[in-house]
Amino acid sequence: MMAIQSPLQQERTADDGVPVHHGTVTFPAEQPLDLDSGKKLGPFTIAYNTYGTLNGDKSNAVLICHALTGDQHVTNLHPLTGKEGWWSLLVGPGKPIDTNRYFVICPNILGGCMGSTGPASVDPATGTPYGLTFPVITIGDMVAAQNRLIEHLGIDQLFAVLGGSMGGMQVLEWASRHKDKVYAALPIATAAWHSSQNIAFHEVGRQAVMADPKWLRGDYHSHGVVPRNGLAVARMAAHITYLSEDALHEKFGRNLQNRSDRTFSFDADFQVESYLRHQGSTFVDRFDANSYLYITRAMDYFDLAAENGDVLANAFRGTRARFCVVSFTSDWLYPTRESREIVQALNAVAANVSFVEIDSNAGHDAFLLDEPEFFATIRGFVESCAAKRGLPPPVEQA
Amino acid sequence: MLHKTETVQTSRVDHLLIAEMVAPESRVLDVGCGDGELLQLLADTKAVDARGVELSRERVNACVARGLSVIQGDADKDLADYPDQAFDYAILSLTIQATLRPREVLQHLLRIGRRAIISFPNFGHWRIRTDLLLWGRMPRTTNLPEPWYASPDSHLCTIRDFVELCELLDAAVEEAVAFNSAGRRLPIKRSLSLQNLLGEKAVFKLRHRTPANGS
Repeated sequence: MMAIQSPLQQERTADDGVPVHHGTVTFPAEQPLDLDSGKKLGPFTIAYNTYGTLNGDKSNAVLICHALTGDQHVTNLHPLTGKEGWWSLLVGPGKPIDTNRYFVICPNILGGCMGSTGPASVDPATGTPYGLTFPVITIGDMVAAQNRLIEHLGIDQLFAVLGGSMGGMQVLEWASRHKDKVYAALPIATAAWHSSQNIAFHEVGRQAVMADPKWLRGDYHSHGVVPRNGLAVARMAAHITYLSEDALHEKFGRNLQNRSDRTFSFDADFQVESYLRHQGSTFVDRFDANSYLYITRAMDYFDLAAENGDVLANAFRGTRARFCVVSFTSDWLYPTRESREIVQALNAVAANVSFVEIDSNAGHDAFLLDEPEFFATIRGFVESCAAKRGLPPPVEQA
Repeated sequence: MLHKTETVQTSRVDHLLIAEMVAPESRVLDVGCGDGELLQLLADTKAVDARGVELSRERVNACVARGLSVIQGDADKDLADYPDQAFDYAILSLTIQATLRPREVLQHLLRIGRRAIISFPNFGHWRIRTDLLLWGRMPRTTNLPEPWYASPDSHLCTIRDFVELCELLDAAVEEAVAFNSAGRRLPIKRSLSLQNLLGEKAVFKLRHRTPANGS
């Protein structure tokens, strides 16, 4: 047997009735993943969700790649937080990524902490969690693991691969490493390499985690503790980079939190402080600190040009995929200029590319929010690709 | 949306003339594609692989939302990114007069496309000549409605000027059509002077005499 598959569980989300399948697949030790670091990882497990139905010729599969702190719960209620899926505005019945028409797959990334193998998983060799003995992985390794899942599902070509931020990096890696397996690629709010500024912010986050005395050099699982404070600070710092000055000002200004005056203390006097503290504390309830270290490292290492002889265009030479590159005006983490570099590289190989910059003041997080112009362009692009791919048009619902 | 055969609608005569010059199922780049009307026309009637470049973000987004492959970009800056002869046709419809460096833009078009198709308003038209002669002011016509200080057209030319630029750039004119405001072609193919006097707009199909050896 190639891989061990758990029985598919099925449930219905409360609001829209789209069935979600939760699957896991474990690839045995004899079929390890060859990592970019030269190490091998096996056995490894990938947990994934699917929505919709795979058609007869398996031509309607859409792979969604999640971002740093995302997971496979794209458009169902999250099992830990009870909240709507992180891309429920974009993905679902009748949505731009229409689960009535497409078979949507979203795996938890390798290195993650929602069921796929990561540093919190038990190392079968020792019987204890990997911790820092987990190998350092790359975006390419994440994509290699996803490719194993796609092969396992018997899909030769993905109709579309899309993702924002780190998800967009995976999209670019897919389009580069598996040219004949991607019909349409949508890298959103992303870049072909991680900038120095972004590496710098990640380093702040990692240092915050590692400075927490409960981190215990990554061995906190064995001691029954969690470096909550360190991870919360990492999240707080990172969260600022996902917003914009305008968005923060509009949302909070200098407003005080449930008080009429300053307290002359270090309480969370300001609403923005209270908000960040809340973001930090809720994050640690659903995320593993070591996963955060490994995944941010994978993003820092990402440089698609360096992987291709320092010429980004080489990454896409020979591609026949249709690309839709999307950036947002106020995103200073992955600014439009970096999306334009991707577009230039695609133009240099005469690839079929659309590029839109969406006007939004929401910062990097705009790709997760209700941005009608963003949805309209995604819908138009995907529908035109579907028509060219020969997929049936949407069914008019009475 | 796109997969339905739509009735072909265009408000622009030059689009229909350009479409006549384009071979079916070819690869086309429309520089300054606006709302994508020409791209849609070419996709619907000629089944071309249609791509566009447009400066206005709003128009780009509208094009992509209707399923066209369009990028936000600037003809004066971004054409250098494209490889030699990447397209069968590189098209510039009523845009060259609004570019900063028409000569460089045209050079790029001749390099990127095996053929370049350019339409432009003719500043040599008799009404413009008489306006300037009689009233001594910058002419304003239905084609060029803005006053000089508000016009986006910084590089207007006559048909004769354009032919001279083609010579300068070693471009062979394969087809040239002048037409009047009613969209009627002028049956005066042999006389450049008459075309230059009577044509309100013109469409040229060009080929570089010594094309670059691109992929």
